Amino acid sequence: MDKFFNAVRLDESLCKGCINCIKRCPTEAIRVRNGKAVITKKFCIDCGECIRICPHHAKLAYHDQIEILEQYEYTVALPAPSLYGQFNNLEDVNIILNGLKCLGFDDVYEVSGAAELVSDMSRKYVAEHMEQWPIISSACPSVVRLIRVRFPNLIDYLLPIKAPIDLAASLAREKAMKLTGLPSEKIGIIFISPCPAKVSAVKTPLGIDKSEVDGVLSIKDIYPRLVSCMNAVENREDLEDLTISGKIGISWGGTGGEADGLLTDSYLAADGIENVIRVLEDLEDQKFTKLQFIELNACHGGCVGGVLTVENPFVAKVKLKRLRKYMPVARKHITSAEAFHGFWTEQVEYEPVFKLGEDMIESIAMIAKVEELCQKFPGLDCGSCGAPTCKALAEDVVRGVANENDCIHLFRQYIHKISDEISMLDKTGRIQNPE
Amino acid sequence: MINYITLTYQVSGDDFTRAGEASSDVKSKLKQMGVSPEMVRKVAISMYEGEINMVIHAHGGIIKVTISPHEILMVLEDQGPGIPDVEKAMQAGYSTAPENIRSLGFGAGMGLPNMKKYTDEMDIKTKIGVGTTVTMKVKL
Ligand SMILES: Nc1ncnc2c1ncn2[C@@H]1O[C@H](COP(=O)(O)OP(=O)(O)OP(=O)(O)O)[C@@H](O)[C@H]1O
Ligand SMILES: [Mg+2]
Repeated sequence: MDKFFNAVRLDESLCKGCINCIKRCPTEAIRVRNGKAVITKKFCIDCGECIRICPHHAKLAYHDQIEILEQYEYTVALPAPSLYGQFNNLEDVNIILNGLKCLGFDDVYEVSGAAELVSDMSRKYVAEHMEQWPIISSACPSVVRLIRVRFPNLIDYLLPIKAPIDLAASLAREKAMKLTGLPSEKIGIIFISPCPAKVSAVKTPLGIDKSEVDGVLSIKDIYPRLVSCMNAVENREDLEDLTISGKIGISWGGTGGEADGLLTDSYLAADGIENVIRVLEDLEDQKFTKLQFIELNACHGGCVGGVLTVENPFVAKVKLKRLRKYMPVARKHITSAEAFHGFWTEQVEYEPVFKLGEDMIESIAMIAKVEELCQKFPGLDCGSCGAPTCKALAEDVVRGVANENDCIHLFRQYIHKISDEISMLDKTGRIQNPE
Repeated sequence: MINYITLTYQVSGDDFTRAGEASSDVKSKLKQMGVSPEMVRKVAISMYEGEINMVIHAHGGIIKVTISPHEILMVLEDQGPGIPDVEKAMQAGYSTAPENIRSLGFGAGMGLPNMKKYTDEMDIKTKIGVGTTVTMKVKL
């Protein structure tokens, strides 16, 4: 699999070639070329900002469809905690979990249950690794991807523990195999996801060799059908108790939830990709040395703010809060067998995708050229050339993927110059004619 | 063929919130050049400390960064009050930062020691009432 797989895609037929997405992309991964947006895969971190901003709904997230269930003999749904914030007047998580079974799954395994195990492990890990403080959360795949391409010095600070979804998948598979006696390939472990970044994390995981998740469905996609299933099961007397998590696990759905589970005050939680970048820049310059933990979520509000959710993230957070009110603090505690599944097994490698030249000498010449071009361009960052800023266009020119005259302002000057020359010719022509 | 580039930054002394912009720009350029993460870190930290000192202690100034394949040279020049006792200023924990600056988390007196620690060469030329020039070199 391509190590720069990305889940954010373009529907060309809907793209009008406007500048909304190029301006919004935090890694400047998008250009408009020939009237259509083009995503440079290796720059994309799947944060979903372009999906959020596109007024023409031309940006899509690649994910699986519910028909994927037919490929397996036995399927387990892994609902993200953020799913629980999507419903009105919900009193009992079991209504969702039973609803998922009614939708066609054979079993359900709450990701929030695994999240509590991750909290347990993280608490211990953070306490035992002072030399690595502040330890950076690795649960948001967009953040890990961003660090891998832009913040090489921070890779060593990443928490080397699986994201709850990955641990949940391992544990759910183990449980299903034991219960059914089926071989692994006949069991489908399906994540119900709030965001496209999780799709990429499943296809091309970082920190682990292979994800145990077989398919990823979008919350938005299954929402209408799930709601009718929930209505169908709601008043059933024999509602099965399928919950395995408490307050700590459910809280992972919103910003601050992961950090709260560490039971320390020495943390910072930032959400929204532009805020995440600011924090990472400051961390790289060693500006906060006194913190133990940094929780980062690419989406505003945390996972409830994912682009594949339905509810407004702030409302969803309130709903989560209400739902967890009467829950026990936690239900799942780590056993040594489970902890065995919990740690990262692979090193995350720096990918210097933003590098300009092959070597220093070439790069220096290229940066000099970028500076020179930036002086020449008007500095309006108008986006008409298809690049988000004048500087980005300058870099594109130097990389050989764009032309100076893609700048309409330079192009206009150029046309003026030519038309002046033509009119001069014209004049000399006229002077010569009468003779 | 020219194998070096000099980047020049005017550091404003009035706008405290903009401090760090110059070092941040250098950092991103070094990454684009493929300079190793470890070296980027050294330059970023030492230049950031120098830039902040310019803003807090010397009403801003000019930073010139020359990047070549074998070294990065940073020259930070200000027309501030100068440093009366350089040896003392270099000591860890020594600071004359006023209370309002300390409340923002600065003034631990670790800037100059860190600049020394993260660079291969460092030199301070200073004259009371005239200004200070800090020169730092990181070898690649
Ligand atoms: N450019 C400068 N002009 C005048 N005085 C300076 C300059 N740079 C440093 N100093 C003096 O040297 C002292 C020590 O500087 P240093 O950077 O080590 O600590 P600080 O700036 O006070 O605190 P910190 O850097 O930890 O936030 C300063 O308090 C200041 O008195
Ligand atoms: Mg200082």
